Amino acid sequence: MCGIVGIYLKSEKFESSLGKMLSDMLVNMGSRGPDSAGFAIYKKEEDGEYKYSLCLNNLSFEKFKNELQNKFSFSDIEENSDHVIVKSKDNPKKVLEIITRVFKEVSIVGYGKSIEIFKQVGEPKNVVKKFNLESFSGTHGIGHTRMATESAITTDGSHPYSTGEDECLVHNGSLSNHNNLRRKLKKNGINFNSENDTEVAAGYISNNLSSKKTLKETLKKGLNDLDGFYTFITGTRKGFAVLRDEIGCKPAVIAETDDYVAIASEFQAMAHLPNVNSAKIFEPEPGIVYSWGN
Amino acid sequence: MELDLKKINLREVNEKLQNLDRKQNQRDFSIINPEGNHAICAGLTEEMNVNIKGHVGYYCAGMNQKANITIDGNVGTGVAENMMSGKVHVKGNASQSAGATAHGGLLVIDGDASSRCGISMKGVDIIVKGSVGHMSGFMSQSGNLIVCGDAGEALGDSLYETNIYIRGKVKSLGADCIEKKMDKKHIKKLSKFLKVANIKNLKAESFKRYGSARKLYNFKVDNIGNY
Repeated sequence: MCGIVGIYLKSEKFESSLGKMLSDMLVNMGSRGPDSAGFAIYKKEEDGEYKYSLCLNNLSFEKFKNELQNKFSFSDIEENSDHVIVKSKDNPKKVLEIITRVFKEVSIVGYGKSIEIFKQVGEPKNVVKKFNLESFSGTHGIGHTRMATESAITTDGSHPYSTGEDECLVHNGSLSNHNNLRRKLKKNGINFNSENDTEVAAGYISNNLSSKKTLKETLKKGLNDLDGFYTFITGTRKGFAVLRDEIGCKPAVIAETDDYVAIASEFQAMAHLPNVNSAKIFEPEPGIVYSWGN
Repeated sequence: MELDLKKINLREVNEKLQNLDRKQNQRDFSIINPEGNHAICAGLTEEMNVNIKGHVGYYCAGMNQKANITIDGNVGTGVAENMMSGKVHVKGNASQSAGATAHGGLLVIDGDASSRCGISMKGVDIIVKGSVGHMSGFMSQSGNLIVCGDAGEALGDSLYETNIYIRGKVKSLGADCIEKKMDKKHIKKLSKFLKVANIKNLKAESFKRYGSARKLYNFKVDNIGNY
């Protein structure tokens, strides 16, 4: 089943309450996905600085922090439950290589100039509390509540998936050709950390974006290459896009006002958003890419 | 009587309406703050008027009998699914599978309905003032599906004896669905429906009629080799 949610702010009015809005939506979608939850928040870029969202798993924060010294230069390190956000101006390729090589038990959840990602197993209401999502501010955000079908209930098996700079993907549905596609993408140098189908779709999108295709073109191409059921929300630094497969079994509803665009699997997740009753509310048509800010 | 879903929980509201107290002469209800809840007004069996003020979730007014239910907003998947009688009026848009498997009654949707509107309908009359999505009328068996706007792909796929009237464009017809001639009796019947739904600006003559070619659901001895 799974629940997916997203908000893109069109004005600055709600930036400080983005976390609260997204948190309420995720908690409401707990009924669609009680196994794990995760969210990506896009914040304003800080000059030339990259942020790395890492899950420490069983490694202690102190130990990680100590060992990180001298490996590469970082300007800040922020602990949030079992996740950390490391900020650095170093080359991301170098940083990612060092983290992968030195810290075997650490999972790289995502990186970029704007994105911060947190995900963990457990009921969505507990996960959002653990990371204190309500306190976050930002320009747009995407979230997911998971009912596991395709792979195990682990942090790596939770959404959102990020396989490229400032990119992320959440998915309601299942893909049937992900093994073949994974093999092909691995040849193109895309790394995968799980057996999950959605991670393959995220890798597929990253692969196309890196070959200079736009997000809209990439998703349109995906209609032919990705076999299965899906409603996707894919986030980039500037905004997000929504795509449902052409059969359209997986639900989605969009509410748009002058201040924001919100999307969720069910309307009830958005029922508490400001002025939602005067919003333009519609169901995205299957097979059509909807995007904002991109 | 006003029922506030912020104050009373959904199950209590539904139970109250499902077990109407006949001693009290109260048959007019309005439900406020529906906030996208699922299965609001499912399983009503008595004559009453219910006005839901806001957007609702899945299976609103499912299995309805006799009740007259108006939704002043959008509805989620499966509005009036398996309705037996009565009337359900959606003032906004409907999600997929509106009126699915419904046996009777009238479903009016002022906006658009998405995919699979009237899937497997068994006698209900559905009037959509906007457009319908793909696979509408799929395997529909009986009743009337009237669409004032356009229809998506594979309209009426594998249908039995439902009459489909579309005023706008049909993207494609499904298997065994064909356009049929509009006779006087069809125009008369359709005009009645338009009147019921308070549609004054459209003429029955401007609709096209679709139905089953009856080649798919009858056993044909010539096809024996295919079994």
